[in-house]
Amino acid sequence: MTPDGHTIDPTPNTPRSRAELFTAFLWLALQGFGGVLAVVQRELVEKRRWLTERQFIDDWAVAQILPGPNVVNLAIMLGARHFGPGGALAALAGLLLLPGALTLAVAAGASTWVDTAAVQNGLRGVGAVAAGLILGTGLKLLSSLRFNAMGAAACAALVLLTFAATAVWRVPLPWVLALLGSAACLWAAWRLHRTAARCTADAPQRDQTTPAP
Amino acid sequence: MNQLSPADWLTLLAHCAALSLLAVGGAITTAPDMHRFLVDSRHWLSDAQFNHSIAIAQATPGPNVLYVGLIGWHIGLNAGGGASAGPWAQTLALAGFAVAQLGYLLPSGLLAYAATRWLHRHRQRLAVRAFKAGMAPLVVGLVLATGWLLAAAYDQPARDWRLWSLIGATNWLVWRTRIHLLWLIAAGAGMGVLGWV
Repeated sequence: MTPDGHTIDPTPNTPRSRAELFTAFLWLALQGFGGVLAVVQRELVEKRRWLTERQFIDDWAVAQILPGPNVVNLAIMLGARHFGPGGALAALAGLLLLPGALTLAVAAGASTWVDTAAVQNGLRGVGAVAAGLILGTGLKLLSSLRFNAMGAAACAALVLLTFAATAVWRVPLPWVLALLGSAACLWAAWRLHRTAARCTADAPQRDQTTPAP
Repeated sequence: MNQLSPADWLTLLAHCAALSLLAVGGAITTAPDMHRFLVDSRHWLSDAQFNHSIAIAQATPGPNVLYVGLIGWHIGLNAGGGASAGPWAQTLALAGFAVAQLGYLLPSGLLAYAATRWLHRHRQRLAVRAFKAGMAPLVVGLVLATGWLLAAAYDQPARDWRLWSLIGATNWLVWRTRIHLLWLIAAGAGMGVLGWV
């Protein structure tokens, strides 16, 4: 329905149908053991190429700042962008229907196996892998900040501050987003504004942040 | 466990819907309030059932938000007289799953839909572009912090050094290679079951 709105770096692919959205998110959900973010990045950016890394970060920022599960929000956003309400529902159904049925089946059936030592040990191993998956994805995403309008130094400082505030000082997420986020957005707005002003004064083609008409 | 009146069902729906809009940072952040209201104040399900819901949602593939539906499932089952009470209890359990899960997904889902539409329409505005550029480094920092916190939960060097090696190896493999993630997950599970980590 709606074409992809990102004109800065267009992706090679888009989902062709609601069914493709459904299967993409179904496959993604079935791989999601604790580290959904890594799976989302791998499937949607690297394999299907529905999002570039920058678009993925943009969308993940919105998905994160809105209430609700991040991956659910992302499914709704991506589905809605390409196929409107039907697309959002298709992506959401892919993400939740089969995993929901599986979870219910486990709860209704032999759910005592969850407490056995073997399963708990297995989950310990999966938990460690999930931590590695998320860290590795974070390192990969670092490179997409190269073209950020705020400049490399500001980006590095913000990454470090966000990391320290969350992982070391344990500041609650809403505070991190409100304080660091607003400062970052104001800085970005000033930089974008200045670039635009300078470009209209000089030559319009030097402006790399404004998409071509 | 007590039976549920229609007003109780509405209360369950309303509570899940309200928490949906407070779940900034993921569904698991609202678990403490879910516990306070449903277990401590209403006694609609037991402590063990609550913990079990979270454990199963984490042990099975799919988003962890499914723990909310499982809590609803337990509440419905209890209202129907428990798992041994027959088809009526099973029906109520399914109804509980649907009420809790949909109540939890609808408000935040509609908000996400409206927001994505609004952002798309105003994507050329300075404010929207500044938001995207400004939030990008925060997102990367949060991703790294999430991974770090998950790793830091294993805090006994004498016992956990093998887990740290596994975390480090996974980190490198994801970062530098295109190996399928399911192999890594399966390897982690296998090494855990065998007691290697």
